[in-house]
Amino acid sequence: MIKDLLIILISSSLVSNVVLSQFLGLCPFLGVSKKTGTAAGMGSAVIFVITLASAVAGVIYKYILTPFDLTYLQTIVFILVIAALVQFVEMFLKKFMKSLYQALGVYLPLITTNCAVLGVALTNVQKNYGILTGIVNGFATAVGFTISIVILAGIREKMEYNDIPESFQGMPIVLLTAGLMAIAFCGFSGLL
Amino acid sequence: MKQNKITERLLNGLIKENPTFVLMLGMCPTLAVTTSAMNGLGMGLTTMVVLALSNMFISMLRKVIPDKVRIPAFIVIIASFVTVVELLLKAYIPFLYSALGLYIPLIVVNCIILGRAEAYASKNGVVASLFDGIGMGLGFTCALTIIGAVRELIGAGELFGFGVMPESYVPCSIFVLAPGAFFVLAALTAIQNKVKIAGEKRGRDMSKIQSGCNSDCMNCQESGCSKRLIDTSAKEAVKENGDRAEKSAKKKEGKNND
Repeated sequence: MIKDLLIILISSSLVSNVVLSQFLGLCPFLGVSKKTGTAAGMGSAVIFVITLASAVAGVIYKYILTPFDLTYLQTIVFILVIAALVQFVEMFLKKFMKSLYQALGVYLPLITTNCAVLGVALTNVQKNYGILTGIVNGFATAVGFTISIVILAGIREKMEYNDIPESFQGMPIVLLTAGLMAIAFCGFSGLL
Repeated sequence: MKQNKITERLLNGLIKENPTFVLMLGMCPTLAVTTSAMNGLGMGLTTMVVLALSNMFISMLRKVIPDKVRIPAFIVIIASFVTVVELLLKAYIPFLYSALGLYIPLIVVNCIILGRAEAYASKNGVVASLFDGIGMGLGFTCALTIIGAVRELIGAGELFGFGVMPESYVPCSIFVLAPGAFFVLAALTAIQNKVKIAGEKRGRDMSKIQSGCNSDCMNCQESGCSKRLIDTSAKEAVKENGDRAEKSAKKKEGKNND
């Protein structure tokens, strides 16, 4: 059991990295990676939301959708649950956990309908993960996201001082960097 | 007159506001499924069907849906159509269903669809919205097929599964893998930049090209990157009833860019 979870942890965070090999959550990956500080903040908010969302989606799938034979409604239910959950978490943190809200609050609206969140919930169902396995998978995926966004932000900070051809300034050079990172992450496929 | 409007909507989606080549919307599926021209075509057509139907329905219901809950309402409509299309694909085109896999349900969070619902369908007539959806969908399909063809040609030496390169060509297989997607998109955005810079030098209005959050979400002045999803008329409407619910709804829809 522990061994299975460990394998999921490694494969979801490194081997099939959510951004670099599955292309989910690309927008925040490119949009919030200018500074390592904000990238780390975004990463932790994503870890928080995805872990919570995969737990809630897993419970709903197992105890509501499956018994009533409504599994074909999963897409609709998951997207609504996730959107509501993020709004709820934002309100809850604002009211009861001021310090955490100050750290993560700005990032929460950015994640509401981030496709990585829905993607993880759907993957958990597709792969027949149980609730605990699903939570571990969600956590690992989000950790993978955080690792890649922080690395990209670090590289982008250095790149500020480089002399880049005019047409490649801005997005193109960031995408090239992401491509090289994706090659590097291909190396992890030997891990399992 | 009617005919003109339809052609104008189709051309607008196909060329003037091409969602991929001009606006850079919906990048996740664009990168993920374009490993071959066939997959790109399939994904494009699937998205087009959802886009046209959801645009049509949202336009029909635009007077019924209360303004404050319109984003969740749009999402439910879109998600329903995605589910319908997913089930149809599963039943009738299983090979495409297995090739696209997870990315079919993820059409729900494709920002082209919500963007069009918000920017066009919620304000215009049924027929115009339907053709706006078809036009945008065709633009997306063309873009995905072209990107898929380029990647397949370089990465496997094939086109739609047929070998077209000479025998001596050694496929550069990295182009069908994940890194290749980033490289192709990097080249695409670089070309866009070049066109944009050249156009600006000649004094033309190039603001539409990549007119969105291609740089920095945290310092986005437009509330929730609405800039590229919503035209000016929408912004004024928002200003009129600019309460908090509106803002958060807009934020939600703006962040839907995956």
